[in-house]
Amino acid sequence: MRILKTALLLGLLFVFAEAEQPVHAETLQELTSALSVKSYSKKAVAVKKLAASGAEEAGVILHALMDGALFTRKTDGKIVLGLKNESIYSLSDPINGSALGQAKKSELKKVKINNKVRIAIRAGLGRLDLSHPDSEKRISAAAAIFKSGDPSMLGVLLELVKSETDEDVLPAIVRAAAALELTHSLDIDARINAVAQLKSTGGPEVKALLIKTLSNIQGPATPENLQLESALKGALADVERQLETYGLIENLFQGVSLASVLLLAAIGLAVTFGVMGVINMAHGEMVMIGAYTTYVIQETCRLYFPGFLDFSLIVAIPLAFAVAGTFGILLERSVIRFLYGRPLETLLATWGISLILQQLVRTIFGPTNKEVSTPGWLSGAWEVTSGLSFTYNRIAIIFFALVVLFFLMMVLKRTLFGLQMRAVTQNRMMARSMGIKSARIDAMTFGLGSGVAGMAGVALSQIDNVSPNLGQAYIIDSFMVVVFGGVGNLWGTLVGAGSLGIANKFLEPYSGAVLAKIFVLVAIILFIQKRPRGLFALKGRSVEG
Amino acid sequence: MFNLKKAIGKLSTAALVAAGAFGLAAPAVSAEDVIKVGVLHSLSGTMAISETTLKDSVLMMIDDLNKNGGLLGKKVEAVVVDPASNWPLFAEKARELIEVDKVDVVFGCWTSVSRKSVLPVFEELNSMLFYPVQYEGEESSRNVFYTGAAPNQQAIPAVEYLMSEDGGDVKRWVLAGTDYVYPRTTNKILEAFLKSKGVKDEDIMINYTPFGHSDWQTIVSDIKKFGSEGKKTAVVSTINGDANVPFYKELGNQGLKASDIPVVAFSVGEEELAGLDTKPLVGHLAAWNYFMSVESPENEAFIKKWKTFIGDDKRVTNDPMEATYLGFKMWVQAVKQAGTTDVDAVRQAMYGQEVKNLTGGTAVMNTNHHLSKPVLIGEIQEDGQIETVWNTEGLVKGDAWSNFIPESAKLTADWTYPFVCGGCEKPMF
Repeated sequence: MRILKTALLLGLLFVFAEAEQPVHAETLQELTSALSVKSYSKKAVAVKKLAASGAEEAGVILHALMDGALFTRKTDGKIVLGLKNESIYSLSDPINGSALGQAKKSELKKVKINNKVRIAIRAGLGRLDLSHPDSEKRISAAAAIFKSGDPSMLGVLLELVKSETDEDVLPAIVRAAAALELTHSLDIDARINAVAQLKSTGGPEVKALLIKTLSNIQGPATPENLQLESALKGALADVERQLETYGLIENLFQGVSLASVLLLAAIGLAVTFGVMGVINMAHGEMVMIGAYTTYVIQETCRLYFPGFLDFSLIVAIPLAFAVAGTFGILLERSVIRFLYGRPLETLLATWGISLILQQLVRTIFGPTNKEVSTPGWLSGAWEVTSGLSFTYNRIAIIFFALVVLFFLMMVLKRTLFGLQMRAVTQNRMMARSMGIKSARIDAMTFGLGSGVAGMAGVALSQIDNVSPNLGQAYIIDSFMVVVFGGVGNLWGTLVGAGSLGIANKFLEPYSGAVLAKIFVLVAIILFIQKRPRGLFALKGRSVEG
Repeated sequence: MFNLKKAIGKLSTAALVAAGAFGLAAPAVSAEDVIKVGVLHSLSGTMAISETTLKDSVLMMIDDLNKNGGLLGKKVEAVVVDPASNWPLFAEKARELIEVDKVDVVFGCWTSVSRKSVLPVFEELNSMLFYPVQYEGEESSRNVFYTGAAPNQQAIPAVEYLMSEDGGDVKRWVLAGTDYVYPRTTNKILEAFLKSKGVKDEDIMINYTPFGHSDWQTIVSDIKKFGSEGKKTAVVSTINGDANVPFYKELGNQGLKASDIPVVAFSVGEEELAGLDTKPLVGHLAAWNYFMSVESPENEAFIKKWKTFIGDDKRVTNDPMEATYLGFKMWVQAVKQAGTTDVDAVRQAMYGQEVKNLTGGTAVMNTNHHLSKPVLIGEIQEDGQIETVWNTEGLVKGDAWSNFIPESAKLTADWTYPFVCGGCEKPMF
């Protein structure tokens, strides 16, 4: 059955091979040993030939080559499949799978590949995978053929367009077939038809293909050529317009995403600086402690509960809150409470503490970056259509930032602790005379702000370095957001983060990242001149000294 | 308000660091039978991530030397200071090392700004610095030996490889870098080189980002757009330091595969990749003079020694470590040959010193204070190692002055008779 399928796949050319099995095996042997050639261009040709043989074994060999499991045995130059087992490789024949004993690493030479060979392998596997039962494989196979533009595949694809029943796979095959038809067909109607089909799928790859074809139109200005040219130009304009719209949407998304990061970084500060009026330069270090907590949790999971690794981030959220919150309370009780009403001293003391915390982390964990791996459900991107995609980790961070904001608002508005906190903020003396222990509330408030910063650290570990310097990068931005949004107002923080993030991202494509940051900073300085209390100033009595 | 904050911040950093440094510096021994080696690498601040490793490498080499009987019959002693990633502090610490601690040689610096900051000090006090990091060239000081790669030993070969058939026949280029002297000068050289190869203006995109940039979404999607114009596109990255991790994470998440748009980096080595999930990055490139994955007896021994010294089996080695190794070995040989640690005598003995590279072949110190060494181009693998895909047949001599910038193409750096200068058009004598 398989053989039949293969024959169908490759057309008449290879029918001979099946009739005489020994010849087939020998050629496969030759094709495989051709892989040991040093030049990558020649290796890519060898891969192409191997894939074109259509043999089942070719798939195995190409996968092994891709994974770096193919070796040349130094003693006889034979290509073998090596499976690493501690420091010893167990060898087998890549064609018939028979075991060939074991070898040390020094006796083997890896068959190296580079990007050029990798592209050839992917195209080759595309050829072999087109009839794979798994629909995902068929889609990626069609995409690989689209990219390689191998004209010999056109016949097969046109057959598949008729026979493919899976609605997810069909568009990919139609697209690949259209691309091949456009570039290699001689029939003008077929080509114009292909242009129309490609136009409907759109995307940056189609744009690249259209531009390439347009520049390749050769020969005199015959009516056919002109007709094709105008069809191409029309399609190109359409695709470009569509991509521009996508670009705008993407830009907006990136703005919102940057805003969510700013919001996360600043929201804890909105409590410690905004509500309590403490200029807390160690705020960034609370974020860093949260990120390191995530790292420790993940490593613990890796060691003791490897099956649970993907969810370690979720466990890390409350723990990061607890750890950073505890640090915050300790900090408030041991240092900051003695400095209320003395902003300059608070500033200096917290700055010193931030340096101490950084060096502490550097001593415990070392100066190098720590890897917090991204769980499977957060990596990659959600591809809405070809040319428009949103990365999952950014989407998750946007939601997380909103959840944290909501959580904090609930605490402030709906709990007794929140009520007492607001009372102390508005009028400390009055609150104390009503029986609120203001010192305890101060410690708890500082702990809450620090804990929220710790939760931000969990999110930031996904997009930034987990290093002792993590916090420093965010401290200035956080202050900017809080001051711009209006000290002491969570809604202000949200709007402040939102407008700064989006403004930054819309400026960036025109001015570059460096200038965009400068523009935003200048704009804020001018704004603060006009409205010193920020966007949403607290009315009435503000934080007392 | 902001200025005050910054000023106070700087003061307190300086104070803290000074306090730290006194703790670290070995107690001054005035005995005559000690040779002192200064180590000037940041142990705190942004650059600590990269520079701490180099401090440890020097300590390892000294330890090794002492175990084998020291140098000229004397014990070698390290004097470690911490310039805390603070460029002016580098100059102060360099002066302290030379004037107060009276060290015989200094190994140190990473960023070009820190090197530029200590340069006048070394020249004024006539001391000797070994600088172990790839850099932008356009410099040759009598008092500095540059053991990292010059642009013609890293950037130019990498671009040539990508232009070749094996490398993918790239026609369109994105030059992305951090906004400071090294990327700007390197990109200037690369731009001139690309234009000399017939690449048009519209096929070159240049982009700079601040130090520690963390939001790469816009830039990565811009690169994607730039790459969808029908010509094979590659990114040449001179992004430095911490910013690389979020950059590569964004590349992985947005699905920018190496087979579509390869990224070749000059500042990303095994150490930087250690903090990353490299599975989505397979095939992106790095150009260096050393990779940990190169198989040679010297390299194997070096890696083993490093892992035992640092006591961590997972630690990696990288190119600036090799450059430190080469520089240190050469200095030891030159001191032995000169029979003294006197700076002028050692300098003369340095020229023509040969040390076996960890990757095979022999590195030679030239009279322009740059090394001749092999150039390797590698692709990132799933396990975070970089595997060589291309290397020069022989050694490449480091050029102090680039041939692709018209003003500097005329200049010669040669510290022997008759030139005796770091950058002049005609011999001085």
